Amino acid sequence: MTSSLRLRAGLVSIALLAAFLGVWHLATRSTGATTTMSPEYAKLMGLTATQGKSAMPGPLDVGAKLWEHLKRPFYDNGPNDKGLGIQLAYSIARVGTGYLLAVLVAIPLGFLIGMSPLLSKALDPFIQVLKPISPLAWMPLALYTIKDSSISAIFVIFICSIWPMLLNTVFGVASVRKEWINVARTLEVSTVRRAFTVILPAAAPTILTGMRISIGIAWLVIVAAEMLVGGTGIGYFVWNEWNNLSITNVIIAILLIGIVGMLLDQILARFTRMVTFPE
Amino acid sequence: MTDKFISIEGIAKRYPGASGATTNIFENLWLSMARGEFACVIGHSGCGKTTVLNILAGLDAPSEGAVIVDGRAISGTSLDRAVIFQSHALLPWRTVLGNVAYAVSSKWRSWDRAKVRAHAQTFIDLVGLTGSEHKRPSELSGGMKQRVGIARALSITPKMMLMDEPFSALDALTRGTLQDEVRRICLETGQTAFMITHDVDEAIYLADKIFLMTNGPGAVLAEVVENPLPRDRGRTDLHRHPLYYALRNHIIDFLVTRSKTFAAETQGHDPRNVPLVQIGKPGLTIAASGEEQRQTWISGTSPGLTA
Repeated sequence: MTSSLRLRAGLVSIALLAAFLGVWHLATRSTGATTTMSPEYAKLMGLTATQGKSAMPGPLDVGAKLWEHLKRPFYDNGPNDKGLGIQLAYSIARVGTGYLLAVLVAIPLGFLIGMSPLLSKALDPFIQVLKPISPLAWMPLALYTIKDSSISAIFVIFICSIWPMLLNTVFGVASVRKEWINVARTLEVSTVRRAFTVILPAAAPTILTGMRISIGIAWLVIVAAEMLVGGTGIGYFVWNEWNNLSITNVIIAILLIGIVGMLLDQILARFTRMVTFPE
Repeated sequence: MTDKFISIEGIAKRYPGASGATTNIFENLWLSMARGEFACVIGHSGCGKTTVLNILAGLDAPSEGAVIVDGRAISGTSLDRAVIFQSHALLPWRTVLGNVAYAVSSKWRSWDRAKVRAHAQTFIDLVGLTGSEHKRPSELSGGMKQRVGIARALSITPKMMLMDEPFSALDALTRGTLQDEVRRICLETGQTAFMITHDVDEAIYLADKIFLMTNGPGAVLAEVVENPLPRDRGRTDLHRHPLYYALRNHIIDFLVTRSKTFAAETQGHDPRNVPLVQIGKPGLTIAASGEEQRQTWISGTSPGLTA
């Protein structure tokens, strides 16, 4: 029953994709010669003017270009012409660095805040004010103080991924079932051992959920941050290709951003499943 | 009553209520138990039974008074006092063996892995869970989970066991077998046990002494009832004992009516010197009514009706 449901859902997905590609193709195809012009002039004007082709590339154009990129993902022809693999690697490296730094700060700090009602109350106003600030608003301050655009991008990732992790860790730690704490108390378990043997495993699913939200936000923010700082990365690539008026490349970049984002989310989802315990 | 293994001396528990008032859960509570004794506390919800148990466990501190165990005032929790929780409180990410081993390695920190495992295994065997060591709590039935809870409590070889309605969430059949097990284990190991229950029959079957508490707030320990049934009582012929119904009726009467009216009706109740009710012993008013009950029963009336 479930396998047949999956099969049917898969078929519907494929049908939807085919319909979308079909409509896309029809909407952007050439409509034939519109005006007669000398061949040399026509060559200058391009297909848009001569064949009535939409300025928007069709699925076949995108597919062909994508194939080209996939064949050579890591070429490097200088600052403004690098393979998509290299651009993605830059973005992933920035997200990875900023995100790991955020993990290193948010989880221990969240533990402390979650275990101490005093700290929790004292730090709450700061967290409430800092949390809603758009990470990009930090960019000028980061550029001014750090004086390095690449590190500034990492800082922006750090600051945007810290809040969901911090808040989820605080919540997870503070809401560990009282009876589990009592078990540790009656067994005279030391505070440090209690933190690692009871609170951490009990709060782990909540912490991992926060980490999953964070990686999603970090991946959203890196594109915008790289558009601002420039140089390398998939966000820069999008903006650069927009300046080149290569809508085909922009569409390919959008597709790849989606796929990488999904993969990052799936990795965290797998970790979350590993630490989730059935009750 | 000379050997006071556990002595609760004048404890009180108050909570700050709304608008500056304080709520007294109980006030000036005195209670003592001898070594190896099995005591049950019976009372309605809200009379502070669980608070008394938590104070004994060290999980809660009294607002006033002290608790003395084995000659020393307690402060905080101790590995000498094991708690069996109502909701079993197993760590769901650990296996059965892992849960028991956690307690064992908490008590004997220098033990190596193999020794901890072997020790934990003996207690898993004791509660009849051999073969389920590597299951997680979510794979166990309610009764099996509570068995793990019992194994965990026993594995640290405590001086006393504190049980907060340990069987109330179980079905009647499982409850019966677990009561048998607990009774057997406590008798074999000479464990001192303090149990909270709502179940009168459970108290009669397990306890040597039954503490009756009036309704809260401002609950008091009204009576200590000595269980007249022999120590080697069995579940099947329990109700045939001549004093069984007298005892049962006395407790049920208390729960139904006297727990509400006790404070108003009883003058000069001395919380330090709570009356000890010995059913079936001459010279006490209770004994007379007990005799009466017995007569009714012997003459062939269905004994269940009186309850």
